[in-house]
Amino acid sequence: MAGVTFALARPLAAPRARRRLDLTGWAFAGPATLVVVGLSLFPAVWAFFISRAKWNGVAPGVPVGWGNYQRLVQDPDLLAAARHTLLLTVLFVPASIILGIVVAIALNQKIRLIGFYRTCIFVPYVASAAATGILATFVFNPQFGAADEVLRRLGVPAQQFLESPSQALFVIVLIALWGEVGFTTVVYLAALQDIPRELVEAATMDGAGRWRVFRHVTLPELRPVTVFAAVWQTITAVQLFDLIYTTTRGGPLNSTQTIVYYIYELAFQTQRLGYGAAAAYLLFVVTLLLTLGIIWYSRRRGSEVF
Amino acid sequence: MRKLPFSPWHLLLMPLALLFVLPLVQMVLTSFMSNAEINQFPPKLIPSSLHLSGWRALLAETSAPRWLLNSIIVSAVSVTAHLALCSTAGYGFARLRFAGRGVAFLAVVATVMIPIQLLMIPTYLMFARIGIIDTLAAAFVPWLASAFGIFLMRQFFLSLPAELEEAALIDGCGRWRTFRSIVLPLARPALATLAVFTLLSSWNDLLWPLIAISDDSRFTLQVGLAGFQGTRHTEWSQLMAGNVLATMPLILAFLLAQRRFVATMSLTGLKG
Repeated sequence: MAGVTFALARPLAAPRARRRLDLTGWAFAGPATLVVVGLSLFPAVWAFFISRAKWNGVAPGVPVGWGNYQRLVQDPDLLAAARHTLLLTVLFVPASIILGIVVAIALNQKIRLIGFYRTCIFVPYVASAAATGILATFVFNPQFGAADEVLRRLGVPAQQFLESPSQALFVIVLIALWGEVGFTTVVYLAALQDIPRELVEAATMDGAGRWRVFRHVTLPELRPVTVFAAVWQTITAVQLFDLIYTTTRGGPLNSTQTIVYYIYELAFQTQRLGYGAAAAYLLFVVTLLLTLGIIWYSRRRGSEVF
Repeated sequence: MRKLPFSPWHLLLMPLALLFVLPLVQMVLTSFMSNAEINQFPPKLIPSSLHLSGWRALLAETSAPRWLLNSIIVSAVSVTAHLALCSTAGYGFARLRFAGRGVAFLAVVATVMIPIQLLMIPTYLMFARIGIIDTLAAAFVPWLASAFGIFLMRQFFLSLPAELEEAALIDGCGRWRTFRSIVLPLARPALATLAVFTLLSSWNDLLWPLIAISDDSRFTLQVGLAGFQGTRHTEWSQLMAGNVLATMPLILAFLLAQRRFVATMSLTGLKG
């Protein structure tokens, strides 16, 4: 569309001069465009063709049409993985947003040590998810981990954490929050500092208390950022891989097997490339609908929600 | 209610700050403990003396020094290529008129919708076809350029007044020279943001090198660490030393240039 309008708007230069303009333009924009499109659009289309075959990557693939997709819908492992992914997302997204808002408001105060607090709270975000996962297996180790030691001092019996099928997923949510709250906090801190001071002052002059200023002035101003953060954190949660790879590898008893980890196992541990690609496509469509759903929902609810 | 001698916000922020930073402190301290000390009950935070056995085991018995070098190479290539390719492309899309510009830009923007797991399988196959499996290239090729980088630079160049360049062009400066000597120096803040983004992404990347590299001497730090976590599960001082090696370069960079990192973190918002 943009290309068409643009072709009409272009001054009618001599063909040769125009060709030179085109060449210059592509010389600037071409290499990066080629890399980005070549490493995503092209493979994404290819993945669709792979998803319609039974293929181990070595022997020639056997076309099976929609067969992989039909089997996926009845695959109990995929359903379990989808359940885990959903639970993880439902816990992680609201928690990271609420924590982000609270911590950002706290860090927006003009008090002593605020620089120190900010540094401490942002620093985990730059640590890699792989290192964070390894550190977490140490901190949550049931034999000598610090987490159990803290519980012991509080009089709570020791927990198995990552080694318990009923706790592991929740511990992973906590670890993911530790690594990601720095991000939502930064985003909200920037948004808070963008709120015009006059707005808050006017509300205070009109006799609104702190809570009402927060509820009726600050929160509505944070709404666009919240939509962005929700979409972003949903994508992060649905695509979580590194942390699971370096803590539980999907275990114990598959209790932390998420869809992305399941696809990784299908493709790179059991060499079922066609089936794995089909699972990836299914996940892609679901994520897309989920993202659109969040945007639609928050638009419709308008200022009532945030 | 009695008034506290300090702001009540400290009651929230102090425990929270410790919660976020203490695990990292423990990571560093544990790397200097002996394994016997780590297995003690109740667990200790401070090592009795500086035990270097973990570090020695890491540096002498594994390929960690090699992995560190590999990580540095991968990040250096990624950042350099990212800056060069995204700044030129951003400028092209912002300022130049050429056939197919609209379609090309749309294609670039559309790629942000595609999730990584959809790309794992075909990218692996593509890397195999062009013969870069088990090479460092497999780790940096995914970070040569990004839609985020192109978009960020385009937005930046759109915000620059065009008069400066026009003057240079009228004086007979070519496009390329105008870009290099007039536009690029003005773009330093945007380039710094992009450099931080690429450094974080490429240094911390696990998935791409994990699926494409199986030769121990070509691992990046993240892959090497993730790999020997399974095999050396009890040698915690060594594992934590590896963790320090994998995280400290970025943490130090963060401490030195916190403002730039924070700006990048809040700008990553453009990606959505």
